[in-house]
Amino acid sequence: MNILNILEEIEKTDAEVYERISPRRKAMAQFYGFGKKVALASIPFALGTMFKKAYAQTASTEVEAVLQFALTLEYLEAEFYTKGVAAAGLVPAGAALGAITTIRDHENQHVAFLKTALMSLGKTPVSKPTFDFSAGNGSNTGPFANVFSNYDTFLAVAQTFEDTGVRAYKGQAPALIGSGGVLTAALNIHSVEARHAAHIRQMRKARGANIKPWITGQDTGIGAIVQASYAGEELEDQAGIKITGINGQMISASAATEAFDEPLTKAQILAIVDPFIV
Amino acid sequence: MENITKKDEQIILQKQDILSAPLQRRSFLRYAGAGAAGIALLAAGCKKDGMMIDDSAGVNLGSGDVGILNYAYALEQLEAAFYIKVASSFYSGITEAERSLLTDIRDHEIAHREFFKNALGSNAIPGLEVDFSMINFSSRDSVLGTAKAFEDLGVSAYNGAGVLIKDANYLTLAGKIVSVEARHAALIRDLISNGSFANSEVIDANGLDKSRLPMEVLGIAAPFIKTKINANDLPKS
Repeated sequence: MNILNILEEIEKTDAEVYERISPRRKAMAQFYGFGKKVALASIPFALGTMFKKAYAQTASTEVEAVLQFALTLEYLEAEFYTKGVAAAGLVPAGAALGAITTIRDHENQHVAFLKTALMSLGKTPVSKPTFDFSAGNGSNTGPFANVFSNYDTFLAVAQTFEDTGVRAYKGQAPALIGSGGVLTAALNIHSVEARHAAHIRQMRKARGANIKPWITGQDTGIGAIVQASYAGEELEDQAGIKITGINGQMISASAATEAFDEPLTKAQILAIVDPFIV
Repeated sequence: MENITKKDEQIILQKQDILSAPLQRRSFLRYAGAGAAGIALLAAGCKKDGMMIDDSAGVNLGSGDVGILNYAYALEQLEAAFYIKVASSFYSGITEAERSLLTDIRDHEIAHREFFKNALGSNAIPGLEVDFSMINFSSRDSVLGTAKAFEDLGVSAYNGAGVLIKDANYLTLAGKIVSVEARHAALIRDLISNGSFANSEVIDANGLDKSRLPMEVLGIAAPFIKTKINANDLPKS
């Protein structure tokens, strides 16, 4: 939790952040000094109190709803990778385990960040749901029942979580217009999920899956239960402009669909993750 | 209408600059000492510092959402030009897999470039002149190193521009593109060093990617773009 980075990030989009926190800039100097003295673990609380004062009046219920929704998805990913890393013999040691561990850490950081953001707005973060990663709605005997014992199943589920996460954040961005630093933070998470997705896809490619780091058409092959995660990605038109063969360029239909990732609504995302949430 | 007014303003500003220029030049010459070489050096120095150059010179990106779209169009022009050059003569020792991936990326960037061109219509900035003299296109290290810099820069540019966009549809469009740029960035990074797709160079301790504001992005991209870009009218917040 790098608190000074958070402040710097927010300052980029809200030059008055320090003024909001305190009408006098010198108050920030006090805070920087304060940060050095308190234990690292208590910084989120101090930060939360400070932000509550600064932003509480402007935080809309819409912004809160986006953050709670994002937190739920991050809980899902964080627990998934935590269990995956902990499952003996699942992820091969070396580069694979290194990559999955990196991703696990990011998802846990996203959980912590979103919780802090919500608390700083004076809101109570939603609790972590109970998950069923077999996609069995609590039966633990769903289509991915071997998710923590079969490496290929694990990677396939990881891919859908990442690609779905990208679509979820993308779909929520418009609801954050006017929220300043919250929108920027959401975008900064969004692109991290896309980086994860690209890497997981390359891991699956190395295991023989016919797949690229980007989404081609509807990208089938994982299973009907998650196919909704890819519905709509086959779009060849953007804002009424046909991308395939645009302006006489040799852009194939595949390239046209790969070049743009598509958003999903909150309702669509919740339907997709429903089998994974008890 | 807005554009015409803006151009008029530029012309007026440039005229004012021309009027005041001789005086500045004369005072420079007074201190220049003797010799044509000295004068040329001083003139170059002036140009670099922008002392006699109007701030409003160069291709104006415009204001509001149009300005941000032109900003994205400029970056996509740069990326597309780079990958077109890469794919026109691949570096030696390239694998079939790399050839295929880099060709895909070229097509994505062309698609982005042409999309912005059409979406902007008469508001679009002209084609930019690029400068790739620093890149050794026959070297894998040079090509992939540049690709990594461009892709990471592109991701941070879109991330930073999001908050400057007013229209929800444009914000969604930027979102549709930035995640593809992030996929490119991850892949290129993995080609250089497997596992570096989201390392601490780009992701901070909160698990957040970078975001940069237009002025910083354009400053980083400037050595690769010959055409002077004027971003003075872009939204600041």
